[in-house]
Amino acid sequence: MLETIWFVLWGVLWAVYFMLDGYDLGLGTLLPILAKDDAEKRIVYGAMGPHWDGNEVWLITAGGVTFAAFPTTYAVMFSGLYSALMLILFALILRGVTFAFRGGLDSPGWRKLWDLCLVVGSFLPGLLLGVAFANIFRGLPIDQDGIFQGTLFTLLNPYGLAGGVLFVLFFMVHGSLWLAIKSEGELHRRAAALAGKLWWALLVMAVIFLLATRRATHLYDNYLANPLLFLIPAVAVAGLIMVKIFLGRQAWWRAWFASAAAIVGTTLFGVAGLYPNLLPSSLDPAFSLTAFNSSSSQLTLKIMLGVALTFVPIVIAYQVWSHLLFKDKVKEEDLAYEES
Amino acid sequence: MDALWLSRLQFAAATFFHFIFVPLTLGLSLLIAIMETKYVRTGDEEYKRMARFWGKLFIINFAVGVVTGITLEFQFGTNWSRYSKYVGDIFGSLLAIEATVAFFLESTFLAVWIFGWNRLSPKLHCLAIWLVAGASNLSALWILIANGWMQHPVGYTLRGGRAELTDFIAIITQPFSWQIFFHTISGAYIVAGFFVMGVSAYHLLRRHEVAFFTKSFRLGLVFALIFSAGEVFQGHIHGGEVAKIQPTKLAAMESFWETKANAPMYLLVVPDEKNERNAIEFGPLPGVLSMLAYHSPTATVKGLKDFPPEDRPPVTLTFLAFRLMVGLGFLFVLLTVWGWLKRDRLLDNPGYLKLMLYAIPLPYIALQAGWIVTEVGRQPWIVYGLMRTKDAVSPIAASQVGISLAAFVLVYSLLGAAAFYLMTKVAKQGPEPLTVPVTAEEV
Repeated sequence: MLETIWFVLWGVLWAVYFMLDGYDLGLGTLLPILAKDDAEKRIVYGAMGPHWDGNEVWLITAGGVTFAAFPTTYAVMFSGLYSALMLILFALILRGVTFAFRGGLDSPGWRKLWDLCLVVGSFLPGLLLGVAFANIFRGLPIDQDGIFQGTLFTLLNPYGLAGGVLFVLFFMVHGSLWLAIKSEGELHRRAAALAGKLWWALLVMAVIFLLATRRATHLYDNYLANPLLFLIPAVAVAGLIMVKIFLGRQAWWRAWFASAAAIVGTTLFGVAGLYPNLLPSSLDPAFSLTAFNSSSSQLTLKIMLGVALTFVPIVIAYQVWSHLLFKDKVKEEDLAYEES
Repeated sequence: MDALWLSRLQFAAATFFHFIFVPLTLGLSLLIAIMETKYVRTGDEEYKRMARFWGKLFIINFAVGVVTGITLEFQFGTNWSRYSKYVGDIFGSLLAIEATVAFFLESTFLAVWIFGWNRLSPKLHCLAIWLVAGASNLSALWILIANGWMQHPVGYTLRGGRAELTDFIAIITQPFSWQIFFHTISGAYIVAGFFVMGVSAYHLLRRHEVAFFTKSFRLGLVFALIFSAGEVFQGHIHGGEVAKIQPTKLAAMESFWETKANAPMYLLVVPDEKNERNAIEFGPLPGVLSMLAYHSPTATVKGLKDFPPEDRPPVTLTFLAFRLMVGLGFLFVLLTVWGWLKRDRLLDNPGYLKLMLYAIPLPYIALQAGWIVTEVGRQPWIVYGLMRTKDAVSPIAASQVGISLAAFVLVYSLLGAAAFYLMTKVAKQGPEPLTVPVTAEEV
């Protein structure tokens, strides 16, 4: 029972991470396309500035919870996906310091360098996390000793890459919507228009991914066994459609929430299909790591559940508060004071 | 080199680099919180300027600390998967708790502090930096409880081929972890105190913003003085615990080979690891080692030779790091007491100010040396007495680790250079002018 609860929490933590940092990663990727001059770039940075770090902690927590609740999965997943994780890590490092470093020197070359770090550092994690999760859905070549029999290139199969592109598109739409909320004038119009255009690409990719999932994975087995689960992908599909509808009505916040629902729904669609596997083995189902054969002791799961049920609501409360505190559009004069 | 050695090097490089930035975060957040509290209490704008100026340095430093911290969490899984599997039940949960109770708080409220000057009342704004300071120190507590468990595992049982939790309270209350915690944060506060004094000294030497930097200097001085003095006493108690709990580490710290009662300490020692002796032992202080380790001059101290060679840590490195740390620790007391005597005539003592400017790196070196004593001195164990480091490494190709290690060295060197450059620039520039052009206040 505790294992199942933690399996759900594990999925939810990843979903929340994608929902929150997704807009930063998408917006960072689109920086050169959305912002035409330095003033606009500063608005883009300002839209992410108060949030990216708090958002990224959801990743650290998702990783930490994998370690705490399913140590064997954590061990096999992180060592098996070594190169991909290192790339994600370096990308996140560059992205993170960009926020602190970019304004430190009044030189166009310096700013250009960090803008590049932001773009690469935002694009790569989105892509690679998508590739990684698609491969987890598909199953990894894990042998009986939990050793990953592959390389970085094993992950770059068509289904894995489709997952990567899907994540990047999700995040780019999500990020454009966030900028549409946070900016005014020309920049705002550009962000809204781009979200509308990217939405079509996202739609196509989502359909391809859903169909490919049938061929490449066993995710649908759970759904056929328990059709009620189809509610989860239904949320994702509904969210995706509502994005377009709210965009048409210029309801930016609602469009963003719809996009958030689509991201959470898509992530949980995969997670619910995986259950009880955390890391299915493509070599032999008997080698798969599940919520039951890779979990921590009952005592640890119990204590961690107590910690999570106490602190996560508090975290959500103050993160919502901080988003409300900075809910206004980013203005040039605010930035001037903050950066001085 | 194999994956084990490359992974060890990578872990050492990643931890050392991370640990350059974390101590300043721990201490400077508190100092800024104190400055801003004074501003809120007295309404003196000078304190607000202080919080903002030191805050600018804090932010750059914090960013590097945060991004390099993710590496550490990932590395247990990527490079030490056998360790992760073996101790995840305990160690993993401590890391997860750290993230949940501390990292969220720290990062969310730092952003609130940075961007909230115009949006929050002064009191609430000040609360934000106290939350940042509290959360970063809380995160230090959890990670050091986790490290303390690696030094002295308690509250577990071996079941199903791994260490499983049996007593959570025993783990979080064990005195050894708390000793490590107090020892480390005191060191971090000394770093911050010396940092503030050093940067202030630079400006005082140039008679620039004298009032501002005199106030800053004195705040850093009081802070560093209290914790330098405290560190010596606490370090002594901590050393006694090491003697009891990790006798091999203690013997390596002293390069002490033969078991002896009434064990002396030598002023000068040159270890000769290969021949299991010291090449030079000069200036014996009879009974001092027994006294320091067991609080009795006649106590017997076990020498390295009484431990099987495969259970001994690298002696020379542990020994040198320990001597360096202790020597610097006493120097900090000296420097801060001297400063206390001169506190009202700082400008008349340019020699002292210059010394303090160049003393900025010393507490950093002491902390890193302390970390070497803790971690190298624990070898060959990853969990003392329970799991050997060589059994903990992931089943991964050495080439993979070689590439990532090279990438770490490259990326971290560039990051370090950029951070050093930017912090030096901000530090030299000094605070913004007194009349702050406050733009359109939020109504």
